[in-house]
Amino acid sequence: MISEHLPALQVVLPLISAPLIVVVRREAFAWSLATAVSWIGLGIAVELALRTAQSGAISYAIGNWPPPWGIEYRVDRLSSFVLVLVSLVGAIVMPYARTSVAAELPRERRYLFYSMYCLCLAGLLGITITGDVFNLFVFLEISSLSAYVLIAMGQKRKALFAAFQYLVLGTIGATFYVIGIGLLYLMTGTLNLADLAVRVAGVHELRPVLAALAFITVGIGMKLALFPLHQWLPNAYTYAPSVVTAFLAATATKVSLYVLMRFYYVVFGNALVFRTLPLDDILLALSVVAIVTMSLVAVFQSDLKRMLAYSSVAQIGYITLGIALTNAAGLTGAIAHLFNHGVTKGALFLLAGGISLRCGGTSFAAIAGLGQRMPFTSFGIVIAGLSLIGVPATAGFTTKWYLVVGALERGYWWLAALIVVSSLIAVAYVWRFVEAAYLQAPGPEAPRQGEMPLSMLLPAWLMVGACIYFGIWTSFNIGFAGSAAELLLHSGR
Amino acid sequence: MTPNALIVIALVVPVGAAALVAASDRAPNLREAITLVAAGALFVAVASLLPLVLSGERPSLRLVEVFPGLALEFRVEPFGLLFALIASGLWILSSLYSIGYMRGNDESHQTRFYVCFALALASTIGVAFSGNLLTLFLFYEMLTLVTYPLVTHHGDDEARRGGRTYLGVLLFTSTALLLPAIVVTWIVAGTLDFVPGGILEGRMSPFGATVLLVLFMFGIGKAAIMPFHRWLPAAMVAPTPVSALLHAVAVVKAGVFSVVKVIVYTFGFDAAGANFAWLPYVAGFTIIAASIVALRADNLKRRLAYSTVSQLSYVVLGAAVLAPISVVGAALHVAAHAFGKITLFFAAGAIYTASHKTQVSQLDGVGRRMPWTLAAFAVASLSMIGLPPTVGAISKWYIVTGALQAQHWVALAVIGASTLLNAGYFVPIVYRAFLREPSTVGAAHGEAPWTMVVALVATATLTILLFLFADVPIALARGLLGG
Amino acid sequence: MALVNHYGYWIAVFLMIVGLYITIAPGNLVKKLIGLGIFQTSVYLLYIAPAKLIGGTAPIISEAFKTYSNPLPHVLILTAIVVGVATLALGLAIVVRVREAYGTIEEDEILELDRAAEQQPAQ
Repeated sequence: MISEHLPALQVVLPLISAPLIVVVRREAFAWSLATAVSWIGLGIAVELALRTAQSGAISYAIGNWPPPWGIEYRVDRLSSFVLVLVSLVGAIVMPYARTSVAAELPRERRYLFYSMYCLCLAGLLGITITGDVFNLFVFLEISSLSAYVLIAMGQKRKALFAAFQYLVLGTIGATFYVIGIGLLYLMTGTLNLADLAVRVAGVHELRPVLAALAFITVGIGMKLALFPLHQWLPNAYTYAPSVVTAFLAATATKVSLYVLMRFYYVVFGNALVFRTLPLDDILLALSVVAIVTMSLVAVFQSDLKRMLAYSSVAQIGYITLGIALTNAAGLTGAIAHLFNHGVTKGALFLLAGGISLRCGGTSFAAIAGLGQRMPFTSFGIVIAGLSLIGVPATAGFTTKWYLVVGALERGYWWLAALIVVSSLIAVAYVWRFVEAAYLQAPGPEAPRQGEMPLSMLLPAWLMVGACIYFGIWTSFNIGFAGSAAELLLHSGR
Repeated sequence: MTPNALIVIALVVPVGAAALVAASDRAPNLREAITLVAAGALFVAVASLLPLVLSGERPSLRLVEVFPGLALEFRVEPFGLLFALIASGLWILSSLYSIGYMRGNDESHQTRFYVCFALALASTIGVAFSGNLLTLFLFYEMLTLVTYPLVTHHGDDEARRGGRTYLGVLLFTSTALLLPAIVVTWIVAGTLDFVPGGILEGRMSPFGATVLLVLFMFGIGKAAIMPFHRWLPAAMVAPTPVSALLHAVAVVKAGVFSVVKVIVYTFGFDAAGANFAWLPYVAGFTIIAASIVALRADNLKRRLAYSTVSQLSYVVLGAAVLAPISVVGAALHVAAHAFGKITLFFAAGAIYTASHKTQVSQLDGVGRRMPWTLAAFAVASLSMIGLPPTVGAISKWYIVTGALQAQHWVALAVIGASTLLNAGYFVPIVYRAFLREPSTVGAAHGEAPWTMVVALVATATLTILLFLFADVPIALARGLLGG
Repeated sequence: MALVNHYGYWIAVFLMIVGLYITIAPGNLVKKLIGLGIFQTSVYLLYIAPAKLIGGTAPIISEAFKTYSNPLPHVLILTAIVVGVATLALGLAIVVRVREAYGTIEEDEILELDRAAEQQPAQ
């Protein structure tokens, strides 16, 4: 009987944990509940993914109100893929959080952290699983608001300003999104994603629909840090607590990318989005600029976390590039990169958090000679960095392969060349770490504290292992991505 | 033991050895013993595949499917087995030599050295046994990354700079040129398997096929075709055992091995419509230009590095001529050059360890003090020049015969000129060492540590033995023709 | 005359642009939040105005009436208002903390303080 309600439980469990934690107030309880909820959530997501793989999409009506009037939760190949990603990252990050949060947050705030984390998790899972566009907005704001709080909990005062900046830009983005779906509602009279897909096709007066498309693109674009709407990301990722950065970097932007894909391919359809408006060219141009400029900016940063933040914007560019290619290979690469980049960046930020713990910061001055003091951490960053570059046998390579194939299939030789050359820029910034950690002597003030605690190292290395595992055994990330891409391309018109 | 199991053993042994070596950091003798035992085990495993392959079998192993329709696959064919035999056999001798060198020079980070060495061997076996371009590419890249810590072993500024050039050139060529070439091949041919006769026949326009060939040839940076050869001299900052490994066993051979495999098994002897005419000129230019630089280099390792650049292009030239006999010669030269060059580098390292001399101009009379080392050096030089009774003569003979058959006069002229140049930069060293008075500068010294001398005498002897008992290498090289 | 009939939309657009400008323009953090509020209000108007159908009555079913105004946008906007209030509350809470940490809530002064702190050795 419970198993029928799994889609609802996926969201409800973390959602009710949040106020529960605030009521009980004890840190140990807060962490235990948050961890339990994350792990159960992972179990539910995997179960839903398996079910979808076997018998097709699952539709769940909230409160038994039938769609399209009621809110529908819909689990298909694409959403189950993202659900697994979000819950996996949450599950791995929680054991890490116990030590990390204890080190970075004052005692009286820790239970609040876990409460906000549960809300954020609920929000992200809700965005992924819902089939109603306004419900999506609600969950979008739930996850965003809790994310603003989480970021503001950073140790430095710059975290506050970064959170505020993110709040302003994020709210503008969400409001644009609401305008967009408002226009869609005006033209079609429905808020259900699947129903919208059918009705949008029948609308004759195109201008409001195109306006809606534009608003939704810009709105979601702000959430996913599409260049040039990415301004909030570097500060937010650099100054947030380590756990928060790792969690958000791996999930928040990916979920927004999922929303973009859903709207483009299902609601609006390829014909409208890419042929009526030249959105594929625009997205292509923006992606290329993002990849090249943000990678170059990353090379010149003096702080590891900030470098990784700019790298994230560039990697998001790869995903939007795959979307803009509009063929099966490109879209497969894009969807796979949601997962591949999620585990890669998650691993990198978790390891960076350990460095922050032991060295008091993540500037390159503090990292000098790290290979001696923290060998496992450094090696982990090297491996995850290789995934970022796209070396074969890593998850990042599988994405690059599909993107290059997709570009060549479209005849864009220059784009294929650009994708591979951008990997070389990634080599430049990853190798800055390698040289600092292994080929430089430690500075005189370097603390002699040794490797990070096992409770943090193990989850981080689990993610590093995932980078390699999913580079070779690709049946999950590529397999699911491939069928999800098929689904998206064929539901469009 | 089934062939599949042998392939798995061949891959697992070096990796397992790396792990064990890492764990025995505190016990150097145990650590060295593990390396030697692993090297021996690897050679035995690879050699066990020899009778199977010689009788026409092609053991293959299919691992996981990475992309739909593209799996990690291994397929042991004669040329790959030849490469694997050279690599694993020379690992034994290299390890023996390394023990002497690392301890004789009291080098730091020895565990890291042996670990990366073992992993480099694992990658090399992966390249040798690869069954398709994806597997080849994977292990090719792994080889680059695993040898980086070896090149930057000393950790100083010079090492860092050398490491940057090394990685920069190799990663640039493989990522920007080789990877797109592989992807295009995949899209055009629908497969990446190594098939006799090639997979591209009739599928591309001549222009497209030629561009693809250019991408492949320059993309395989480890073959050190100019202008992507700079990584080789830059890697000389490494300790000499590393240079020996790079220049005889693993990295460069992986490069030219890949070149020959791509030409024979992806393009095929009918060239799949690509225009091959430019390649002998590029290879020829590399041969001559590198030889001239070698002639003028005073640093011994630098001279040997550029000699390697030159000799590698012999292989490329032999393959580029596309005559069956010259391709066999190219494959044989992979073996011949390996034994010759490793001896030369071993000798250079022995001279450094015993006397701290690095420049050719300092080598007067060294032969009197280090007779075994310089004798081996002389024998290996003969092999480089291509004179009997060394194996270098056989491979050169095959290449020349093939070029004659194809009436490729330019190739013949290049080979002739470079033979003279080879003599020009090797003979003076031998002459100085034996026929000049030892210089009074510097302390008196004797031979290098015995492990080093044993290793280099062994490789020099093999150079002669392979000339006398050449049937197995020739049979394996000929396997390229049948498939 | 269609232009004049759609005055509801014109007001919404005007508020949208005014709100956005106030948010983006340099100044005080609280001012930015106010701008955000105005921006969000314009969206509420955008939803609610079309909900009232000409000749429509309150959405309670009765035989006397055929046309009803649409209640759904009102429901949606109630939710959106709640979200807006939460955002405003959170924003103000952050502003209070910013005031404690920086001593000011003017954006340019905050940026200046951050830049000055960066010149000194990293803490």
